[in-house]
Amino acid sequence: MLYFITKRILQSILTVFGVVTVAFFLVRLSGDPSLLLLSADATQEDIAAIRDAMGLNRPIWVQYLEFIGNALQGDFGNSIRQNSPAMSLVLERVPATLELALTSFAVGIGLALILGTIMRITRKVWLREAIMWIALARQAFPVFSFGLLMILVFSVGLGWLPSLGRGSWQHLVLPALTLGSYELALYLRLFNASLATEQRQDYVRTAYAKGQGRLQVIFQHMLPNALLPIVTVAGINLGLLLGGAVVTETVFSWPGVGRLIVQSVSQRDFPVIIAGVFLLSLIFVVINLIVDLLYSVLDPRVRF
Amino acid sequence: MNKPAASDQKVLLSVRNLTIQVPVGNGTCNLVDDVSFDIMESEVFALVGESGSGKSLTMMAVLGLLPLPLRMTQGTIVLRGQELTELDFNGMRQVRGKKMAIVFQDPMTALNPVIRVGKQVDEAIRLHNPGLSAKQIRARGIELFRQVGIPNPEQRYDQFPNEFSGGMRQRVVIAIAMANEPDLLIADEPTTALDVTIQAQVMDVLREVRERTGAAMILISHDLGLVAEHADRIGVLYSGSLVETGTTEQVFGAPQHPYTAGLIASLPRVDQKVDRLYSIPGFVPAPDKRPKGCAFSTRCEMSRDRDACTHARPTLRSMPEGRHSACHYAEETESWAKAQAAARVVLDEVDDSALRQAAEPILSVQDLQKEFDVSRGFLGRRAKMKALRGISFDILKGRTLGLVGESGCGKSTLARVLLRLMEASGGQVMLNGKPLLTMQGSALRSARRNLQVVFQDPYSSLDPRMTVHDIIAEPMRIHDCYDAARVNELLAHVGLGPEALLRRPGQFSGGQRQRIAIARALALQPDVLILDEAVSALDVSIQAQVINLLRDLQAEFGLTYVFISHDLSVVRHISDDVAVMYLGRIIEYGSVREVFENPEHPYTQALLSAIPRHHVPEAERGERILLAGDLPNPLSPPSGCAFRSRCRHAVASCAQSEPELIERTRPHHQSACLRAEELSNPAKLAS
Repeated sequence: MLYFITKRILQSILTVFGVVTVAFFLVRLSGDPSLLLLSADATQEDIAAIRDAMGLNRPIWVQYLEFIGNALQGDFGNSIRQNSPAMSLVLERVPATLELALTSFAVGIGLALILGTIMRITRKVWLREAIMWIALARQAFPVFSFGLLMILVFSVGLGWLPSLGRGSWQHLVLPALTLGSYELALYLRLFNASLATEQRQDYVRTAYAKGQGRLQVIFQHMLPNALLPIVTVAGINLGLLLGGAVVTETVFSWPGVGRLIVQSVSQRDFPVIIAGVFLLSLIFVVINLIVDLLYSVLDPRVRF
Repeated sequence: MNKPAASDQKVLLSVRNLTIQVPVGNGTCNLVDDVSFDIMESEVFALVGESGSGKSLTMMAVLGLLPLPLRMTQGTIVLRGQELTELDFNGMRQVRGKKMAIVFQDPMTALNPVIRVGKQVDEAIRLHNPGLSAKQIRARGIELFRQVGIPNPEQRYDQFPNEFSGGMRQRVVIAIAMANEPDLLIADEPTTALDVTIQAQVMDVLREVRERTGAAMILISHDLGLVAEHADRIGVLYSGSLVETGTTEQVFGAPQHPYTAGLIASLPRVDQKVDRLYSIPGFVPAPDKRPKGCAFSTRCEMSRDRDACTHARPTLRSMPEGRHSACHYAEETESWAKAQAAARVVLDEVDDSALRQAAEPILSVQDLQKEFDVSRGFLGRRAKMKALRGISFDILKGRTLGLVGESGCGKSTLARVLLRLMEASGGQVMLNGKPLLTMQGSALRSARRNLQVVFQDPYSSLDPRMTVHDIIAEPMRIHDCYDAARVNELLAHVGLGPEALLRRPGQFSGGQRQRIAIARALALQPDVLILDEAVSALDVSIQAQVINLLRDLQAEFGLTYVFISHDLSVVRHISDDVAVMYLGRIIEYGSVREVFENPEHPYTQALLSAIPRHHVPEAERGERILLAGDLPNPLSPPSGCAFRSRCRHAVASCAQSEPELIERTRPHHQSACLRAEELSNPAKLAS
């Protein structure tokens, strides 16, 4: 167990290191930030001067080693556009990202578990079909247009909820629903499929043969097993949610990390991009480590 | 319809006219058709039949647990005067687990993997004893564990199912079933998934718990030998109908239905070697394609297409001595069966040791080793698991070596190493005089043509998306020798018609699929065929067909077989030589007759004593040697002789060094037991 954790932590560090390295070289390929900083009539000398100041004239491996050395001390450099440390710019955005990601995650997975269980318990075929149909229809709807639709109905039409920005809990409702309902569809289908598999398991038959009732069998025997695949997918997906909610963040002008990174890419703000990528990859590997450990608690067959 | 065999006994369960339907297209089809039987208090009633006979469905109907879309459309089920078919789901809950309980076939899946075993036992107790406190329930559960022979019940009660071996899990399942001392215990193939020696332990536990509580038992099984040893009465099911009932002695002594007679004749025997096994022709018809008249008529060699058989559906009718048979000509069965038995050609086994020394072996294995690296424990200490240790044997061309042993003994690893699907850790293998283990590239490719394999499960060893033609042609295409005529020829050799070529595996029964797998293995005209449990997954009547086919092919093409099996009767029938393996080592090796008639190693003796001998009267069966415990952990085998932890003859010197596999008492008969000389001679042992 200790061996496993040590191994996984080392792997995680290596992963983050690799991601940051790839990001470092990729952004360097994307173009010269000095051109964006200067006005169009800047002379060749101005460009050379600013490149020199930014250290862009040195060989790339020197730049890389210097970057790694600084990064190891927690220094990711200053933002090119705003004169403040890149990492603190990213960290500023983290609470917003966490708020949106965790709320939509909870909405998605919570509703999926409730609806999935209802589908398994109910004997009404139409109810089962209706739940699945709605979930499928939602999944078929792109996040972007669904978000606009929500704004159109609840902000513009009914005027119940704010459409932009972050602040009160009302601000959170629309983006969280937009993102969460997409998650819901994913989890519901997975959960329903794994419950259907459970239904045919021998130990479910054993439980009925003991004289257990349907609800007892569902809650005591089927659910614990049906949750296992959900945990795996949820781990990967939560990581994606944290960094990849860009579309939702853009539609609702949500000040999250994803949106910051996208903005920084278009402004070639290298330090911010790399600081953001570093932080997201770190969160991603930590979540996956937790999922693996959680799995060994939930499934006694998995031992490290 | 059924009258109790002995009228002084009381009827516990009475099933009448049970019919189970499944919707097929627009109509329905009877999977179980008008089945009636009685079970007396405290008796063991066996329901015997091949897969698809409806034996398990009958029991699920009794439990009220038929899965949708199956429906019980007719019949009554009365347990101690209570009509079960009138009860709703909640009413049945009071019966299930309390008045009757079931032990399922596969102990690996019958327990919930994420719940501690004790909790699963607790559930069964709590459901029917709502007044008990948690402490009382646990005490009762631990008591149950003790009764089914689980060592250290207090500790093991809080473990998860994956920490138990197969045999131990089945004991847990039995503990759950016995939690409320039911009147009726249903055992659905309770030992089919277990090894021979563990089988004997589990049947013993079942007998003990039944004797303690006086419960009756329905034993559902395809294994006639098991049934012969454990049942009081037998009901034989064929294609959804009951074709014969009677006491065990009656049914095995003089079957009254040609199907029963055929099944019994299909079983290989350990005490003699016959030229061909009797095999029932054809296969069980699909339930919606049953022939008109008697469902067995198309496979019946006694019927000879008489009008009554092809037109009138026989019903179960009373016969003398309280027996029943569903055959129009039941009275003829006995003489027909006798004629069949008389037609068996019992082979005279000659001593061929001279031949053995003279000829050059086609496959020669010397000191073969295989180790696996496994990490375990704190900080992943490396450990080596020795899966094969010093395996040596020779096989002459055209002969068969039987490899027997329980799961985990290394017999399948040996097959993989011989096929070079796995690299050996040491030793040498000579195939046709060339070293097989060091071959690489094209040399290995062409050597592989000479060594082919047939696996156990014909359902997963054939690609479901390929046609039969492509499956058989694939090896030829790989070796650039494709020939369409050859594919047809191969198919004919294994007894299938050319119409099979364009169909896919899904359209064939298990026995037919195994024939296709054999045809594929023969495609490259190999010298040696490795048969890894190749007939183990087949029904009795089909198994006999495939065994006969294998022997015919061997005679025709001079094939050499390595026949891996846990079924000793089959090995006795098909092999010339036999090697018994235990924990990665051969512990006894010799001609099959030598080893079976004069076993020297106590493990071999135990295995042989566990073979059901349905053809021998109970009194003459001799002592059943019950091995204690499970196979030891191969990572830390006992010092000295690996078998000593389960051996009843172990002495102090057994712990010191591992006995070599050498000739100890008789020529050409090797064994690895220090006390072989005493043990092979009971008189000496007694003194």
